[in-house]
Order: sequence, then C-alpha cells, then structure tokens
Amino acid sequence: MSSNVLEQFEIRPIVPIHVGGVDISFSNSALYMVAAVAVSTVFLSAAMSKRALIPGRMQSLAEIFYEFVAGMLKDNVGDAGRKFFPFIFSLFMFVLCGNVLGQTPYSFTFTSHIIVNAAMALGILALVTIVGFAKHGLGFLHTFLPGGAPPITAIVIVPIEVFSYFARAFSLSVRLTANMLVGHIMLAVVAGFIGALGIFGIIPFAGVVGLGILELGISCLQAYIFTILSCIYLHDALHLH
Amino acid sequence: MPQFDPTSFPSQLFWLAVSFITLYVLMSKVALPRIGDILEERQKRISDDLDMAERLKTETEAAIATYEKALAEARSAAQAEIAQVLEANAADAAERHRLLEETLAAKIAESEERIHAARREAMAQVSGIAAEVAAAIVERIADVKTDADSLAPVVDAIAKERGL
Repeated sequence: MSSNVLEQFEIRPIVPIHVGGVDISFSNSALYMVAAVAVSTVFLSAAMSKRALIPGRMQSLAEIFYEFVAGMLKDNVGDAGRKFFPFIFSLFMFVLCGNVLGQTPYSFTFTSHIIVNAAMALGILALVTIVGFAKHGLGFLHTFLPGGAPPITAIVIVPIEVFSYFARAFSLSVRLTANMLVGHIMLAVVAGFIGALGIFGIIPFAGVVGLGILELGISCLQAYIFTILSCIYLHDALHLH
Repeated sequence: MPQFDPTSFPSQLFWLAVSFITLYVLMSKVALPRIGDILEERQKRISDDLDMAERLKTETEAAIATYEKALAEARSAAQAEIAQVLEANAADAAERHRLLEETLAAKIAESEERIHAARREAMAQVSGIAAEVAAAIVERIADVKTDADSLAPVVDAIAKERGL
C-alpha cells in the first residue's frame, strides 16, 4: 500500500543522460517541466495569435493571466517591480502549470518534490538579495537591524532577522511541497479503496471527484501564494522597512 | 519516499534550470511583449477615443455658447428696435396731439372772438333800445317828447355807472 501510494512520486528516467558521471537523465519530472513550458507558451502564443483589439475568449483569458500577475506585482511591489514582471510571470505560469498538469490522473507533479521547490525558493531568495544589495548597497543590511533599534539589541535582533530571512526560502518551498504531496497522497489513498469496495466503490469514487476539484483549487491557490510571497520578498528588498 | 532520494536531484535541478530559463526567455521575449503591446494599443485607442470625445464635447459647448450669444444679441437688437419704434410712435402721437390742440385752441379763440363780437353788437343795440325805451317812458310819464338820440349818452352813462 505504502509503495503504491508513493509510486506516483517516483522519478523514472525516459532518456538516460550522463555527463561527467552526473546523472541528468530526461525523466518524467523533466517531461512535465517541459510540458509546463510548452503549455504556457503555446497557450499564450495561440491566444495572442490574432492580436485582436477586441479580444476573443482565448485572448481574454491570456490577458486575464497577464493583468492578474501584473496587478499582483503592482499592488505588492509597486512600479519598481516592473522589470521583474517577466520573471514573476514565468514563475507563476511554471508553478501553476506544474500543479495543474499534475492533477491529471497518471501524471507526475514536479512541484511535489522538495528539491525543485527549494531550488526555486533559493533562486528567489538569491535574486531578492542581489536586488537588495544592488539597490541599497550595504544599506540593505538594515533589513537585519531595523533603524531606530538600540545597538545593544542587535545581539538578539540580527540573528532572529537573519534566521527569518532564510526561513522564507524554507517556508516557501515546504508550503508548496506539502500541499502538493498531501493532496496527491490523499487522492491515491482514497482511490485505492475504489477497487477494494466493489459496488460500494462509488463512495470513494465520489470522494476522489470531490477531492480532485478541491486539489485543483489548491493547485491554483498555491501557485498564487508562491508568486505573491515572491512579490512581497521583492518589495522588502526594494523598499527597506 | 522518492523525494529524499538524492540520486535524482542533479537531473531534476538540471531540467528545472533548463525549462525555467527557456520559459523565462519565451515569456520575456515573445509572449509578454505581444500581450503588453495589445493592451497598450487598446489603452491608447481608448484614451484617444476619450480625448476625441472630450474635444467634440468642448466643440459642442463652444457651438452652443456661440448660438446662445447670437440669440441674446438678436434678442437685445429686437428689444432696442421695439423701443425705438415705440419711442417714434410716442413722439408722432405727441406731435399730432399738439397740432390737434393748437387747431382746437385756434377754433376756440375764434369762436370766443365771434361770441364777443356778437355780444358787443348786442350790447350796442341794447343801449339803443334802452334809449328808445327811456324816451318812450319819458314821453308817457312826463309827456315830454324827446328823441332817443339825445337820451343815448345819459343811458350809456347810467349803464357805465352800474357796471353793465
């Protein structure tokens, strides 16, 4: 049972690639990452192919995505965040497609792997830190010791602030992983009862349908949370508090 | 759990980097500028249309103002003309009134003159009659034959004395 439930998270190489003794095989995870890129690109390109001044359905949808992320960035970062728009948008589309594509049965969810999310979160943290130092120079260190605090309190405040700064990457990645992981485990467990209960399998089947809808919502919500928190961290780096 | 199997980490990280960078390039170079251009163009079109509407509105207001000014001018011109005509009529009427009064006054004066003349004539005859009456009275009472001509100055004197 346990291996059955966790089987969906297994990484299986499709095209084995070894470079200098390092295994960088094209796996099912990589396939879904490429699929996320393809879906995002094809959807947006196809939707905008007409470049209509009065948009059709697909174009409206693409514009809604654009304006949704642009609005999120504007509300949380302000105009200074404009040049990060492609990055934030890509991040949102990548996580969203990863989450949603993973909801299809027999698929793979690359956002359920902590290593992927941790890499993204650390990338965001690195970007935010670079942006902070680039904008404020050493003044960015004020993030770790807010102005006006008595110098003596630095002994306590600085370690706390440094810790909480790095904890962002941790919470960002763990939140996304845990949500995706738990949802998929739950679905697999409930789905496991369908066959076992015979005719009464209709009950867990209904449960799977309900959970599936819930998971779809969570997929979108987690992509949104991941993106908006990135925006907030970016805001903190651009505008010191 | 497969999540904690480090042998799969290099491949996941490698493909994450490859796919995310690809997505970033595709989004920033192709997809987003396309959407951005369309949105900008639409915004521009809308603001152009709004500007045009605004311009037409001000033009309309200017036209209305011109029209109302012209109307007010025409109205005041008409008023002035009416006042002028009324004034002219009043002057004309006054002139006619004066002429009529003058004519009437002349007629009245003439009539009065005629009346006076008649009266004087009558009065002159009255004194002659009075003298004849006086002569008749004198003849009847005193049986003295006088003629009216000799009594006339006396009668006149008495009449003057009495204020007749």
